[in-house]
Amino acid sequence: MRNSVRDLLAGLAFMAFGLAFAIASLGYDLGTALRMGPGYFPLALGCVLALLGLVIAAKGLTDGGREVMHRVPWRALLLLLGAPIFFGLTIKGLGLGPTLFVTVMMSALASREMTIGTAMVLALLLTVFCVAIFVYGLSVSVPVIGPWLSF
Amino acid sequence: MDILANLGLGFVTALSPVNVLYCFVGVLLGTLVGVLPGIGPTATVAMLLPITFSFEPVTALIMLAGIYYGAQYGGSTTAILINLPGESSSAVTAIDGYQMARQGRAGAALAVAALGSFFAGTVATMAVALFAPPLARMALKFGPPEYFSLIVLGLVASIILAHGSILKALAMIVLGLLLGLVGQDIYTGTPRFTFGLFELYSGINFVSVAVGVFGVAEILRNLETESKREVLVKKVTGLWLTLDEFRKSWAPVLRGTALGSILGILPGGGHILSSFASYSIEKRISPTPERFGHGAIEGVAAPESANNAAAQTSFIPLLTLGLPAHPVMALMVGAFIVQGITPGPNVIRDEPALFWGLIASMWVGNLMLVLLNLPLIGIWVRMLTIPYRVLFPAIIAFACIGCYSLDQNVFDIYAIAVFGVIGYVLVKLGCEPAPLLLGFVLGPLLEEHMRRAMIISRGDPMIFVTRPISAALLAMSVAVLVITFLPMIRRKREEVFIEED
Repeated sequence: MRNSVRDLLAGLAFMAFGLAFAIASLGYDLGTALRMGPGYFPLALGCVLALLGLVIAAKGLTDGGREVMHRVPWRALLLLLGAPIFFGLTIKGLGLGPTLFVTVMMSALASREMTIGTAMVLALLLTVFCVAIFVYGLSVSVPVIGPWLSF
Repeated sequence: MDILANLGLGFVTALSPVNVLYCFVGVLLGTLVGVLPGIGPTATVAMLLPITFSFEPVTALIMLAGIYYGAQYGGSTTAILINLPGESSSAVTAIDGYQMARQGRAGAALAVAALGSFFAGTVATMAVALFAPPLARMALKFGPPEYFSLIVLGLVASIILAHGSILKALAMIVLGLLLGLVGQDIYTGTPRFTFGLFELYSGINFVSVAVGVFGVAEILRNLETESKREVLVKKVTGLWLTLDEFRKSWAPVLRGTALGSILGILPGGGHILSSFASYSIEKRISPTPERFGHGAIEGVAAPESANNAAAQTSFIPLLTLGLPAHPVMALMVGAFIVQGITPGPNVIRDEPALFWGLIASMWVGNLMLVLLNLPLIGIWVRMLTIPYRVLFPAIIAFACIGCYSLDQNVFDIYAIAVFGVIGYVLVKLGCEPAPLLLGFVLGPLLEEHMRRAMIISRGDPMIFVTRPISAALLAMSVAVLVITFLPMIRRKREEVFIEED
């Protein structure tokens, strides 16, 4: 098999992005070359991107690639993406202290070499440090303990 | 002597206690992220950008700039001591620097890197002071077609230095441009690609994009292969150069400085190019090229001087044209804009204290870096042993808080996760993130200038080739593209990047 899965997938991804933007642009006023509407430039770019994607994908099918693909770290992926989402969901309700503690715990556990104990110590230290710097040092207006936790 | 008066004003600004403090904070953080694995200046500047919004504009820019050139110093330390370039521009330094360290001359390698960088920084700062004003005056004559062509040139030039496939780099630029267009259209106010989300009306937050693509995606990639870093040199001694080493290195430092100062002006990452170029020049003109790769001090002196000089002069396109030459510069554009200043040729006239203060601070920062990096090298060596698993949770934490404090908008935080995934997938598919970020920042500008140019020309696209400056810039873009695709250059380019990996 003299083809490169990586190039093929990259090409397809670019094609998908390009087509999506191009099709969405058709919904806006295209205007004329003299007075370009909001859809003109993105439509052109979308087509260029789709075309580039096509060439990349075609190259992927014909050109041999020597590539090393590492395993996808699924646990890390879930935890690391979950961490900012959790932060976003709870920052207003729980306040910076508790939110940050959990966010750091989650991201720390993304590493396979991390133990629960170390993660907790790290999360505690980082939370204290960040609260000190951001809330007291730089006076970012965010409550340390949010309304969900105050009785 | 205009320039002396201007530099005087600059030093008065740069030496005010607050600015000295934040310059120090900047270069300290820069060295730190240069030394620490898995976090580069781009992610750092992105994370700290929101914090600087409460500062005076000049203070904010001085600190952010300090992070950028500070990272060049820190990156060379890891290159020499553990053969892992902290920054891609110090990749060549690792070749001979690490060999010197193995021969017990780590101290000398670090010293020549720091002193060479300082010399280069001094010269390049002068170059910025000398060449930025005339360039800015010239740029004032630029109309929309010239700006359009200039942006095209900048985007195309960034391809040369992207890893891997040229086509993929091109596609990343276009994708970046498209993502940059999300939000309300400047002329008609039509919301574009917003999925009806009100949060997207003002566009995707570029801090989220930068942190996601350069922070989260990078962490994910590092977590694929967790490994321990071997620190070869536990204690660095002998920071003095021997007379012989000094004799061998002064000329390479001079050549590296000159080359770096020139190449740094090129958009698209001249600092990486300059370190590779100066290394190969030294190897070619050396009477004893066989020493290269086995601990030749010239192989450390030249690229280190070159990359630092280039790091300084890469501020020229930013300060005179408002065009970023590097993802960090793209973030600096954002820093300018948030401070209410449009980066471009007017900055020098409207904000002389800011302009000259920033330039003077670079020299001050370089001086601090020498002091930080040579006598305190022991501290940095100890930093090298910090395990990565302790670092990246801190990066995530800072990224979230930084982004949130921007304008208390949780949407920006979700965007980090989204761009983390997109970035990771694209990196996994062999696409470099830097062109994407450049495209993202320049997308709206490109569209604006193109539409204005077309109005001026009454819809005739020939305007881009009939105006001489614009035509010259476009011709250069085409030349760059053709050269990159030439088989010979392509092979050379692949060699360079294989060495780097």
